Parts: sequence; structure tokens; C-alpha cells
Amino acid sequence: MKKMKKIFTVSTLRGLLSIILFVVLWQLVVFAKVPYLENLPYPKDVAVHGVEAVQSKTYWLNWEISLIRVFVGFIAAQVIGIPFGLAMGASKVFRDFTFSAFEMLRPVPPIAWIPLAILFWPTRELSIYFLVFVGAFFIVVINVLQGVSNISVSLKWAASSLGARPKDVFWKIMVPGSLPSIITGMTVGMGVTWNVLIAAEMIAGQGGLGRMTWEAYTNHNIPLIVVGMVSIGVAGYLCSMAIRWLGEQAMPWKKRF
Amino acid sequence: MAVSNGNSVMSKGNFGEVRLEGVTKIYEKEGVSHPVLQDCMLHIPKGKLTVLMGPSGCGKTVLVNLIAGYERPTSGRVLIDDTGVAGPGPDRLVVFQETALFPWMTVYSNVVFGCSVQGTPKKAIKEKAELILKKVGLYEFRDKYPSQLSGGMQRRAELARAMINDPKIMILDEPFRGLDAMTRQLMQEFYVGLFEEVGRTNLFITHEIDEAIFLADRLIIMTYQPGRVKAEIEIDLPRPREFHLLASPRFMEIREQAIDLLYEEAAKAFSSGSKAAYDLVGALVAQKGACKPTCTPR
Amino acid sequence: MTTHDKIEGAISIRKVTKIYDPEGARVMAMKDCSFEMGAGEFTIIVGPSGCGKTTLLNAIAGFDTITSGEILLDGDTISSSLKQIKPNVDRMVVFQNGALFPWKTVIENITYGPVVQDRMKKSAAAELAKGMLHQVGLGEIGDKYPEELSSGVQRRVEILRALINQPKVVMLDEPFRGLDAVAKTVMHEFLMEVFCASPRTMFFITHDLDEAIFLGHKVVIMTTRPAQVKKIVPVALPWPREHHIMNSREYLELKQEVLEAVHEEAKKAFEAGERELA
Repeated sequence: MKKMKKIFTVSTLRGLLSIILFVVLWQLVVFAKVPYLENLPYPKDVAVHGVEAVQSKTYWLNWEISLIRVFVGFIAAQVIGIPFGLAMGASKVFRDFTFSAFEMLRPVPPIAWIPLAILFWPTRELSIYFLVFVGAFFIVVINVLQGVSNISVSLKWAASSLGARPKDVFWKIMVPGSLPSIITGMTVGMGVTWNVLIAAEMIAGQGGLGRMTWEAYTNHNIPLIVVGMVSIGVAGYLCSMAIRWLGEQAMPWKKRF
Repeated sequence: MAVSNGNSVMSKGNFGEVRLEGVTKIYEKEGVSHPVLQDCMLHIPKGKLTVLMGPSGCGKTVLVNLIAGYERPTSGRVLIDDTGVAGPGPDRLVVFQETALFPWMTVYSNVVFGCSVQGTPKKAIKEKAELILKKVGLYEFRDKYPSQLSGGMQRRAELARAMINDPKIMILDEPFRGLDAMTRQLMQEFYVGLFEEVGRTNLFITHEIDEAIFLADRLIIMTYQPGRVKAEIEIDLPRPREFHLLASPRFMEIREQAIDLLYEEAAKAFSSGSKAAYDLVGALVAQKGACKPTCTPR
Repeated sequence: MTTHDKIEGAISIRKVTKIYDPEGARVMAMKDCSFEMGAGEFTIIVGPSGCGKTTLLNAIAGFDTITSGEILLDGDTISSSLKQIKPNVDRMVVFQNGALFPWKTVIENITYGPVVQDRMKKSAAAELAKGMLHQVGLGEIGDKYPEELSSGVQRRVEILRALINQPKVVMLDEPFRGLDAVAKTVMHEFLMEVFCASPRTMFFITHDLDEAIFLGHKVVIMTTRPAQVKKIVPVALPWPREHHIMNSREYLELKQEVLEAVHEEAKKAFEAGERELA
């Protein structure tokens, strides 16, 4: 009895309409020369600049640079953060030794690390990787930790009743059991990562979408600023999609039917 | 305490008996000690289905945890076939309230989890698992995840996961809680059928009086805080048990007897301030005809 | 609550069919379902889970439409494929999982209906509510908040909140679900009492067969989806009833009859459910 979901439902049409309305409103605001907003470019100008940008090599180079930075910092945060969080969840001794220091550093906003990162790391690139890492790391760890502690005690008991040793409990219960939280941590972490990256690029970077937007500002190229903003939005969205997809692949038990 | 890894799914014999000798369990909370169980003597005989009932707060779940080995008694001994319980083990399997299936494993992986962590050869596991999955009617569903199954199926998967290990003792802690009444009745029939076939030692905890009487060989009623055995009722209803029994005079007779005993404990719970017991005591008064049902006590 | 008015609230359900059509999946919840509920009759509905009992309740209450057929209240059509009248205080529903306002006291909860409808002054409504509480032995709880009460008392308050509106029909969807056998007996005596004091048409959904036979004038057994009437078992036990009738021969015979029919449908529903998942 299952049918294909209709693509053009009333809600999607309304959604489409809302985008059109937004553009029309934008056009009107510029056209009417609303005070304080006189410098806004027409949607058409932005579109023209956008098309131009898409055809240029440097634009795509900026994409590549930003994506590599996100990728390196983000992966590093996962590789270090997930085992760290699992260890904290699994061992009380480890948690006692690390948690206080961790909680002391966690509230520091990632952007506040920028000066130190620039001074500390030998290259600018490394300091950007580091900043992205910091942005995601704390979120990853706290989510993994929460995931481990949310695993129902009856699951652990059931496993040990069935003859599981501590190592089985760790690998077969704790790790998969905290996976949903790990994925949540990744999703949230990815959002923060883009925030941090753009700020870091604007201040310290060479190339990248953030730098591109900043340079458009220094050149007073307003349409290009908007193109940069839209590009950053799209990039962040694509990364979140990728993680959602990854989550679906990693957790087949979450899919119903 | 050797774990049998025999090839038969349902080996007869080799069942255990449980004895609690003067078991006391005290929890410390903010310097005040709460005795949950006190000097509890309990015997769960070999090959019988023993059902445990009592008001909330009578320590039923603690009792399960002690026998399963998740917790240790403050004093007294928990014996399985005259050997003290040292920790959890596959000779005593627990089927939990709601469900404790591993959500990230398929039905098949859940069922074979015990055997595979104990290192049983793959081939032997597969044969055994297939047999038992067919037995509980889940063979077609072996590759599904627990969330894709109905509540009744989840409970059967859990029964299968326990039974495949041939435990000496099965402990079921309100296993059908959360199922709707109809499915619950069907699951009771299914479960009692399995029990009657194998005759394993079973300890079954429940709140539902009809469920208790329908299943049990022996019904044990616990006292309210601290918990110990208040009364034991031999349930002499014929086996195999069928749903028709629910409307038999003998069933209703036992039911009345059990309700009377539960009322007494409820009254105690009430006088010690338990909010939930308010209704129970209302019922006590109503049934005993001490006054009209309209005059709810206090 | 003693009324000598003519009792109203006869309900006719005539060939009611309900098809849900979310995204093209046509689910038939009820098919040609027909039966009558006399004015002032205590009717119990039992049937397998998900068979469409609640669908029927929603249709009578006016929460949902029906696809074909019609439902009449005292001879007037209240729901058909062409027409559906809105929920109204003449048909009150007591829900499964408690809907008392936690921020209002018991009295404020009970008087909410008449006050919000401007039918009564606040003080007069409060007096009436106090009287009702007193009559059922809950005199002292008027100023308490729902959370201070046990769940059994909460449900009694909820029933009173419905009754103060003098509805023609009271509909209860498994109101005592989750209470244990002992607590349920109190609820049954309570309901028996308020019903005797002021009889009205009761539409009571349950899964508990003892509850069904103990309370009902008749037990309507529904089939598995799509819901139809499988069997109607009239319960001719004298009113008011007391719990010891559960041991009588007539009672056990009735229970056997209902048990048989319900069990058959439950099994069908269960097997159908498993086929659907496969």
C-alpha cells in the first residue's frame, strides 16, 4: 500500500513561494530606496556576479581551500574526541582525571583561541586547522560522554548476563549505543566548525570562502559579498547533508521500514 | 555452575533452584538506611513457574537484581543450587521490563549475542538460532531491527535470546509491561506454552493479578517495606493453561483470595504515606463492606 | 446530581465507514458498522487494539469525520458524509491519559466548563462542584492540585469535570488503564454510584473484560480492522452491582462468552499485524 511520496505537495509549493516572495521583497526594498538600505545591490546584480564567480577558477579554489580546512580540523576532532569521550564514559578514573580541566576549557568560545593559535602554531594554515579542531572537539566529546551515560543500564546488564566480558560490553554495547549521540555531536560540531572557519579566515586566512567575502568587503564589492555569504551557506548545508547521510548509513537500526 | 552449550535448543533437566537465606538489603541515602529487604527467606523450586507479586516498594526488582547477580545482599545468602551467587552469568537470564534488546543489532544478532561472546562455534550457533527463531515465530524477521518489530515480537525475541543459552533459571521482571491488554494476553499464552513444553525454573514478577494466577504454579505475595514473603499460594489450575480458565470459578476464587492479601499490604503502604495506595485502601473498605464505597477513608 | 428529567442521548450508528487516506495509503478503520445505544444505557466497547474503537469515539464526539453512513443523536443526524457537527458539551469525552490542568485546583478544574461557557457564576459552580465531590467521598480534596492526588483520584476528578456539564453522552476511552486490579475496583464502585445518581448514555472503551461485564448494560465486541460489530452481549445482571457478583454463575458464563469472542478477534488482529510487518 506504500506509494511514492508526492513531490509537489502544498507545503513544498508554499516553501517555494516563500523564496520567491523573499526575492520580490528584496527587489522592492532596493527599488524603493528604503533609507539606510540604499547600498543594497539588486538581486539581479548578485545573480550576475554569482554567475561570473562560478565560471572563475579562483572561486572554486576558495571552495577547495575552505573544504580542506574544515575536513582536516573536523576529522582531527572526531579522531581525538570520540575515543576521548568514550574513555571518559567507560572509565571513572579517566573521567576523574580529565573532566574538570575539560570543563574549564569548554566554555571558552573557539574564536577566543584565535590570537593564541596564530602565535602558537608555526604556519597560518596549521592555526586554522587548530581553530576548526577546537570548534568541534568540545562538542564531540560532550556528546559522546552524554551518549555513553544515556545507555540504559538494563542493556549493560543484559549483556553481562549473557556472558559478555567488559571488552564485549565496551565494543558491542557502549560504542554502538553512543553512536546516535556521536552523530548529533557531529551535526552540531559541523555548524560550529563553519562559524569558526569563516571567522578565522577573515582574520588570519589566505584564500577560502571567508577570505573571499572579506576581500569583497575591502574592495567594496557588495554583490560579491552576498555571493560569498550564499556560498558559505551552501557549503555549510552540504556538509550537514553529508553528515546526515553518514548517520543514516552508520545507524541502519534507526530507519523504520 | 557449568553452562550447557549443548546442541538441543530445549534441553530437559539441568534446571536450578534458588534459595534466599535471611537476605537483607539496605540502601543508604543521606545517612539514613532504608531496608528494602529484611530477613527474606525464599525458595524457588526446580522446574516450576513461581510468580512474585507485591505493592510497589516491596523490593521485587531488588530481588531480581540479587538473584541475577547485579547487586550483592547486605547480609544473608543467595544460593543457586547451593552455590553462592558471585555475579551475573548466563545460567540465570533476565528478561527485563519494556525491552532490553540491543537496538543496533538485528533480531538474529541479538539472539546469538550470548553464544557468540561465549565463543560457541558459528555453525552450532546458527543451527540453534534458526531453530529457536522458528519456535518463537520470528524466523522471517531475523534480519529486522528491534524498532521494526511490534511490541509482542520484541518480547518474543527477548525470550528467544534468553532461551538459546539454556539457562538453569529464567527471571522475568514484568516482561509484558507496556503491551496492550490483548497482545499481553496472547503473549501470556505463548509464554506459558513454552514453559509447559520445557519446564524450566522460572521466576516471574508482575503487577497484574490475572496474569499472575494464569501463569503460576506458585504465587508468592511480598510484604510492603521491608520486603519479605507474606504468603504463598499454590495455584492448582490444570495445565496446559488456556484462556478459558480466566472465567473459571476456581480462578475467580484464587483471585479473590489473592486480592485480599494484597489489600492488607496496600493498607500498610497507605498508612505509611504512599500516595499510590490511596485507591487501594478505598477498595479495601469497599470490598469488606465496612462502609459504603462513597466514604473514602480520610 | 439527582435528575428526574427525561433521559436523552440515544445514539444510532448506521453503516458507518471510515477510510483514512494519508498519502494515498487507504486504511479502512471502520466498515459498515451499525449498532444502537439507548438513552441512559451503559454501553461497553471492546475489541482488538487498533481496531477502530477510538475512531468511532472521535466520530461521535465530533473530532473527526466519517466517510459514509451516519450517526444520530436522539434522531438528529450529527455526523454523515455530508455533515459533521462540532464537538459540544452534550457529548463529553474523558481521555485515556489524564487531561486535568495541573495549574488549577480540583474545584477550578471541575468548574472550568460551566464557567468558561458562561453558564454559571464562579461561586455557584464551585458550590456545585463541592457538593459533587462530597457526594463521592472526596470532600476534602477541593483545594488540592492534581499532582497532589493519586492517579485514581485524578481520574475520578476528571469524570466529575465531565459530568458537571450535564452531557447527554459521556464517552470514556480506557479511563482506568494503568491502574491495578485493586485500584480499579474503587473506580468501578465510583462510576456505578455516579451513574445510578444520574443515569446518562455511557460509551466506554476498555480492554478489561471484568470491567466490561461488571459495568455494562451491554458489551459490544468489535472485529479487527476494519471495525464492525462482531457480537453484542447483553448483561442482565441487576443494578447496582457489587463485586461479589464476579463469582456468580451468570457472571462467569457471560465472561466466558465475551472472552471467547474477544480472544478470537485478538488472535486475528495479532496475526494480521505480523503479516503487515513481514
